Amino acid sequence: MPVHTFTLTPCYHCGTDCEENTFHADDKSFCCAGCLGVYRILNSNNLCNYYKYNSTPGQARSVKPQHFEYLDEQTIITQLVDFQDQELTVITFYIPSIHCSSCIWLLEHLHKLDKGVIGSRIDFLKKEVMITFRHAEISLRMLVELLTSISYEPMISLQDVIKQKKNSVNRNLIKKIAVAGFCMGNVMLFSFPEYLGMSVFDQGFKSLFSWLNLAFAIPVTFYSGRDFFISAYNGLKNKMFNLDTPLALIIAVLFLRTAFEVLTRTGPGFTDTLSGLVFLLLMGRWVKQRTYDHLSFERDYRSYFPVAVTVISDGREKPVSINELVVGDRILIRNNEIIPADSILMKGNGYIDFSFVTGESAPVDKVLGEIVYAGGRQLGEVIEMEVVKPVSQSYLTRLWNNDTFAATDNKIRNFNDSIAKYFSMVVFILAFGSAFYWIYLDNTDKAWAAFTAVLIVACPCVLALSTPFTLSAVLGIFDKNRFYLKNTDVVEQLARIDTMVFDKTGTISTPQELDLSFSEHLTAENKNLIASLARNSMHPLSREIIKWLRVSSYSEVSYFQEIPGKGISGFVNGRFVQLGSTLFINAAPDSDTNTSTVHITIDEKYAGYFGFKQQWRPGLKNLINNLKNRFNLHVISGDNENDRNDLSQIFSHQSSVNFAQSPQDKLEYIQNLQVSGSKVMMLGDGLNDAGALRQSDLGVAVTDNINNFTPGCDAILDGSSLNKLPQFIRQSKDALTTIKRSFIVAATYNLIGVFFAVQGILSPLTAAVLMPLSTITIITFTSVATRFYARRNQLI
Amino acid sequence: MNIIYFLIGCSIVMALFFLAAFFWSLKNGQHDDMHTPAIRILFDDDKPEDNEN
Repeated sequence: MPVHTFTLTPCYHCGTDCEENTFHADDKSFCCAGCLGVYRILNSNNLCNYYKYNSTPGQARSVKPQHFEYLDEQTIITQLVDFQDQELTVITFYIPSIHCSSCIWLLEHLHKLDKGVIGSRIDFLKKEVMITFRHAEISLRMLVELLTSISYEPMISLQDVIKQKKNSVNRNLIKKIAVAGFCMGNVMLFSFPEYLGMSVFDQGFKSLFSWLNLAFAIPVTFYSGRDFFISAYNGLKNKMFNLDTPLALIIAVLFLRTAFEVLTRTGPGFTDTLSGLVFLLLMGRWVKQRTYDHLSFERDYRSYFPVAVTVISDGREKPVSINELVVGDRILIRNNEIIPADSILMKGNGYIDFSFVTGESAPVDKVLGEIVYAGGRQLGEVIEMEVVKPVSQSYLTRLWNNDTFAATDNKIRNFNDSIAKYFSMVVFILAFGSAFYWIYLDNTDKAWAAFTAVLIVACPCVLALSTPFTLSAVLGIFDKNRFYLKNTDVVEQLARIDTMVFDKTGTISTPQELDLSFSEHLTAENKNLIASLARNSMHPLSREIIKWLRVSSYSEVSYFQEIPGKGISGFVNGRFVQLGSTLFINAAPDSDTNTSTVHITIDEKYAGYFGFKQQWRPGLKNLINNLKNRFNLHVISGDNENDRNDLSQIFSHQSSVNFAQSPQDKLEYIQNLQVSGSKVMMLGDGLNDAGALRQSDLGVAVTDNINNFTPGCDAILDGSSLNKLPQFIRQSKDALTTIKRSFIVAATYNLIGVFFAVQGILSPLTAAVLMPLSTITIITFTSVATRFYARRNQLI
Repeated sequence: MNIIYFLIGCSIVMALFFLAAFFWSLKNGQHDDMHTPAIRILFDDDKPEDNEN
């Protein structure tokens, strides 16, 4: 037997620890043939700079065979590309493995690997690469295979086919901000002489400046401020006061009064206040709209499903776009491919991993003639199936036809909108009250002055600004702790949560690490036998066993046999070894039902079993203890009851633990909680939770790698930050307190202003100073307070 | 002091020019990706003699 030596060196390509005696090239060791292959390609093309910018920049590459035949179909190509003419094609790929500057360097040197590539450009944050190539020299399929060969496999999913335009909304807003800022700067310049007081000599300029200011006020009001009018109009049409109602009125009044003063030559008007106000309000909107480029909160099953599937017609295999799949088609599913539509198994042994759809962690056996639901992933041999339902009507995708997904927004109304109503009322009463008072005293000039001045000073500008600024500061703090919110409204929802529903697999248990144990004592020889045999299998449990055994060398295996869904067997060093489930090994005794097991026989003699247990996330017990007095806790799992005992130890008796829940059940469970008046937060991870995440008041997708697929949700939480949940909730509550306090500060300013305004003696200068001063105070106050609370909550 | 009228006109025209330049850069997509160019500029040019590896 070989000597056991444990000298691990990091792989030169991907950094995975590997044994010395594996793969070598140019004094460098590699963990696998895949990494070595990438190195060879880069080396022969003089691209080794890749390793200079970062050490071990590569990604461990799976050697599983890939099938990209579908990329030769013209109908599919046209759906995927951005642009194509006689000579050139432009396509944008999403490549999840982009992570460092080496990746940028290599992918932008693609033209060195193939002459057909003209250029490539990376958007690092979005992990996208836009490639221009001559399709006569390199086909789309060859391009994707090239990328895969250097371990940058693009993720091509059905969602790519339905591309959405994103940027345009934001660009419009930035244009409006630019115009408002431009006008504000110029207006300030022209108003300055007015503030300082002008001599008689300069009176000629005075009218020029006011005319110029009026000219600048026009684009500010009618271009930059247009959205406020539209929003206010829409609100009034629905008989509802929103925050934009008073804002629109103030913008209108400011503009009209300025125009009136300039036209009648009675004064300089309020253009400086107007442009400053619009600029700041738009900034507030911009802060609110900023989102994460690299995260998607809107994914559904389409980004999980492949673009095409192999269909067998007249004995020939042909890739067909999933949208064109019809009932009766015979499809071919290879190892690791996803079944795109509900279908009947016609040929081969199905061994299907449904973990993504149902949450059930163990793969399921399927026999001939059985219906297999869409979304499962076939492990093992190639199978043939017949489609019984079109993709959009499948068991899984039907969930998206539920009303929940059609409703645009069923979330809680935010604090701002509810306070806006009362605020507007008070402002109107004050404005009209002072106007009528002065009219009553027969002083129409003062009535008009007081009316406009009250509106200007009492402007809910602060209301519109403090909220987005506070909440976006909170977003930034959460972001540092790997909790990514869709938008600022989510912070308010987080503060209102009183019920939490957890999914089990992948949410409170870690998906990767299984708690493994062996029932008997293992000799070094037996370890070697088992590991050598398991090495030949692609099955996830075999992988876990190899990792656990940590054997440094392997022996030859002969007569290896794998029966999918059952087990593996073979001769190692002349001894017959079997690994498998109870279905495979008859000698296996009835074991502990709490765990999934793999039994071992050596030379037909039972040698013990491996037990796999769910591993809970670290700190789960503390987290639950922390939460259980303040929130109603529930667990809904698609898995079987195996873990009930374990879970009930962690969760108290008040919390309800439910097993074997279908995606539809989960959705209804949330609905029922909401009907009884709870504000529900759902934490889930897979497609099976998608309905519940959408239905809940706050859907949080928990993931261990934020670049992985996450179902549509309101927030994405990195699994390692799950135990910070109580801090996140406290921080969001503190944020609402900060906002309320900032209103008090604003109200003080407003009262001072209103005191002068109702008397009709507010000069444009005072208004011009008061408005930005209060704004700056508020923004400073909110950001200081947010940081203070974050420190107290140990989030920074 | 009449020259000030001219100067004011000049300043507004110049400011408008910069606003137009900003609009152009926005439309051109220069603000879409603020991160990658910062990394890209640090790459060395390719050395042709780097062949002996």
